[in-house]
Amino acid sequence: MNDTALLIKDVDKFYGPIDYGVHAVKKLNMDVRKGEIIALLGSSGCGKTSTLRMVAGFEAVSRGTISLSGREVQTFAPVRRNVAMAFEGYSLYPPLTVRENIAFALKASKLSQSVVDEKVASIAKLLEIEDILGRYPSSISGGQQQRASLGRALIRDANLHLLDEPMGQLEPQLRAVLRGRIKHYIKERGLTAILVTHDQTEANALADRIAVMEGGVLQQFDTPQKIKERPANLFTGTFVGEPPMNVFEASVTGSEAKVAFGLKDGVRLEYPASDFSHAVRDALMKRQKVVLGIRPYSVRRSADGVAGRVAVNQWLGDQTHIAADFAGGTMVLVEHDRTELAVGQPIGIHLDPSSLHVFDGYSGKAISHGEELA
Amino acid sequence: METTSPIERLLRAVALTLVVVFFMFPIFWIFLMSFQTNETILTIPPSIVFSPTLSNYAALITGKLQTAAGTLDIAFMRNLGNSIFLSVASVAVALVLGVPAAYAFARHKFKGSEDIAFTLLSFRFAPPLLVLLPLTQYFQWLGLSNTYFGLIWVYQLICLPLILWIVRGYFEDISADVEYAYRIAGHSWFATFRKIALPLAGPGIAAAGLLAFIFAWNNFVFALVLASADKQPVTVGALAFVTSSGIQYGQIASAIVLSVTPTLALALYAQRYLVEGLSLGAVKG
Ligand SMILES: Nc1ncnc2c1ncn2[C@@H]1O[C@H](COP(=O)(O)OP(=O)(O)OP(=O)(O)O)[C@@H](O)[C@H]1O
Ligand SMILES: [Mg+2]
Repeated sequence: MNDTALLIKDVDKFYGPIDYGVHAVKKLNMDVRKGEIIALLGSSGCGKTSTLRMVAGFEAVSRGTISLSGREVQTFAPVRRNVAMAFEGYSLYPPLTVRENIAFALKASKLSQSVVDEKVASIAKLLEIEDILGRYPSSISGGQQQRASLGRALIRDANLHLLDEPMGQLEPQLRAVLRGRIKHYIKERGLTAILVTHDQTEANALADRIAVMEGGVLQQFDTPQKIKERPANLFTGTFVGEPPMNVFEASVTGSEAKVAFGLKDGVRLEYPASDFSHAVRDALMKRQKVVLGIRPYSVRRSADGVAGRVAVNQWLGDQTHIAADFAGGTMVLVEHDRTELAVGQPIGIHLDPSSLHVFDGYSGKAISHGEELA
Repeated sequence: METTSPIERLLRAVALTLVVVFFMFPIFWIFLMSFQTNETILTIPPSIVFSPTLSNYAALITGKLQTAAGTLDIAFMRNLGNSIFLSVASVAVALVLGVPAAYAFARHKFKGSEDIAFTLLSFRFAPPLLVLLPLTQYFQWLGLSNTYFGLIWVYQLICLPLILWIVRGYFEDISADVEYAYRIAGHSWFATFRKIALPLAGPGIAAAGLLAFIFAWNNFVFALVLASADKQPVTVGALAFVTSSGIQYGQIASAIVLSVTPTLALALYAQRYLVEGLSLGAVKG
C-alpha cells in the first residue's frame, strides 16, 4: 500500500444521470506506484481526459473509489488532493505573464521569492521558454502556451502530476528533446506522473507502463514491451505499433501433425503442430473463427511463401514499406533496405509462427502469441 | 466594407444622418428649450433664435418656481439626490447579490437551475403594475412604503435579473479550466472566485451594473406608487412642473437636461463595455 501513489477502483463516469448519461469511463481499475510514469493511450473520446479530471477532482466520480497515497479522495475538493495538472487546453490565466502563470502554481507553497524565481528560471530553461517569460498568453504561440502550461504543472512538488497531452502542439524535434529532459526531471525528483498522449513513440519513450483505453474501457495496462509483444486483445494489437499490425480473419483446422489457418481467397497457412504448444493447439481447435495478427516488421519475404502481389513500395528514407495484396486484404511489410520491387510483381510471403498473434474471432481476446498461450 | 461603391457609401451616410437627426432632434430641442422662457417656447411658429436665459436652471437649483399664480416650492434637487441614491444603492445591492448568484448559475448546473434562473429573468417580463398593487398592500403592513429600504428592495426587480443574466454569460465565457488550474494549485473555491473569475468578468460586471443603473434611474412607476414626495426620484418629481397655472416647459426641459446628464455621461464613458456586455448578454441569454 505504501508505495501506491494512485489507486483507481471500479470507477465509472457518467456525464448526466448515472446509468443514463454518456458513459465516458467504464469500471476502470488502475494502480500507479510512486515514482512511476504512466502513459494513457487511446483514440479521441475514449475517456482519457475524463479519467484525469476525476483524479484531479474536477469531475465527480459516478461510481467507485479513487485513492491517493492510500487515502480515499473521491469526495475531496481539488485543493486537498495535492495533484498538479497540465490541461489539454492549456488554461493559462490571461492577465498574467508566462512567468507569473508558472509562479502562481507555487503561491500556496509559501516559498520565498528568490526560490520561486530560481525554480521558474530552471523550468523555463528546461522547456525552452526563457525568452517568453515576460509575455502574455494571448501573444504567444500555441506550442509556447502548451509549454508554459506544462511548466506550471511540473514546477509543483505534488504527489501526482497529471499531464494531458503536454506536447501535442510541438514539432517532432523539440518533442524528442523535451521528452528526454522531462523524463529526467520527473525521475530525478521521484515524481509520479500520468501523461495522456496520442504519440506512441512518446508513450514508449517516457512511460514505465502504458494504459491503453478504448470506449471508456481499459484494454491493457502493462509495460511498453509487453503491450507490444503480448497485446491482450485485437484492439491493443492494432492500436499500438507503427505501422499497425496486419490482421486477417481465419478459420482453424488441425490434426495431430498440423495446424492450418484458412484465410480468404482460399489462402491456407500450414504449420507443423510442433510450432505451437499443446495448450495453444487445444485453444485454437476450440475456435471456429480467429483473427491472425502479425507485425509488419515480422513479415518475411521468401520464395516458397504464400503468394502475394506488390501494391505499394515506398522507401521512407530509412526503411521500406511494402503493401501487398494478400488473402483478400493487404499485408504490410517493413524492410530495412531499399528494395527494387515493381507494383504488381508477385512475391512470396512467409509468416513465422513465432511472430503470429491469434485473437478470438468474436471477442477479440488474445489466444496466443507465438507458441505460447496468451 | 472596402468594396462598397461611392454611391453606396453616400446613401449609407444619408441614411445614418437621417437616423441620427431623428433620434437626436428631441434631445437637441429640449436642450434649446431649457434656455428659454415659457413665453418664447410657446410662440408660433417656434424659432431657434432667442435670447438665452438661465432662469429655468436657477429656479430648479433654488427650488423656487415662479408661475403666474405665484411662487411654488419644488423639490427638484432633492429628487435628483434621491435618484442618485436610489440608483446607486439598488445597483450596489444587486451586484452584491447578483454576481455570486450569476457565478453559481454559470458554474453549477443542478436540477432546476435553468428554471430558477429563468424565473428570475421573467420578473422583467411581468408588467410592473401587476406586481405593484399587491406590493403596496404588503408594504403598508410591513411598514416599508415610503422608505428608501422598501424602494431599493423593489428596484431589485429591475436590477437583479439584468445583472444576473448578463454576468452569468460572462462567467460562462471564462474557461472553467482556468479556474481549475488555480484551484488545483492549492487555492480555495472562494479565492478562485475572487482572484480569477471576478477580474476576468470585470468588463461584463461593469456593463451590467451600468445598464442596471440606467434602468433604475429611468424607473417611474415603482417610485410613483410606493414613495411620497421626499423620497421620489426625478422621473416622478418632474410631475411637479404640471402646475395649476400651466405646464412649465422651460423648467421641464432643464430638469430633463439635468437628469439625463449623469446617465448620459456614464453611458458615453463606458460605451464600449456597454455594447460588449449587451451583445454578450443577448447571445448568451
Ligand atoms: N462535459 C461533458 N459532458 C458530456 N459528455 C462529455 C463531457 N466531457 C466529455 N464527454 C464525453 O465523454 C467521452 C470521453 O471524453 P474525454 O474528454 O475523456 O476523451 P479523451 O479521451 O480525453 O479524448 P481526446 O483524446 O479527444 O482528448 C467523450 O465521448 C465525450 O464526448
Ligand atoms: Mg482529452
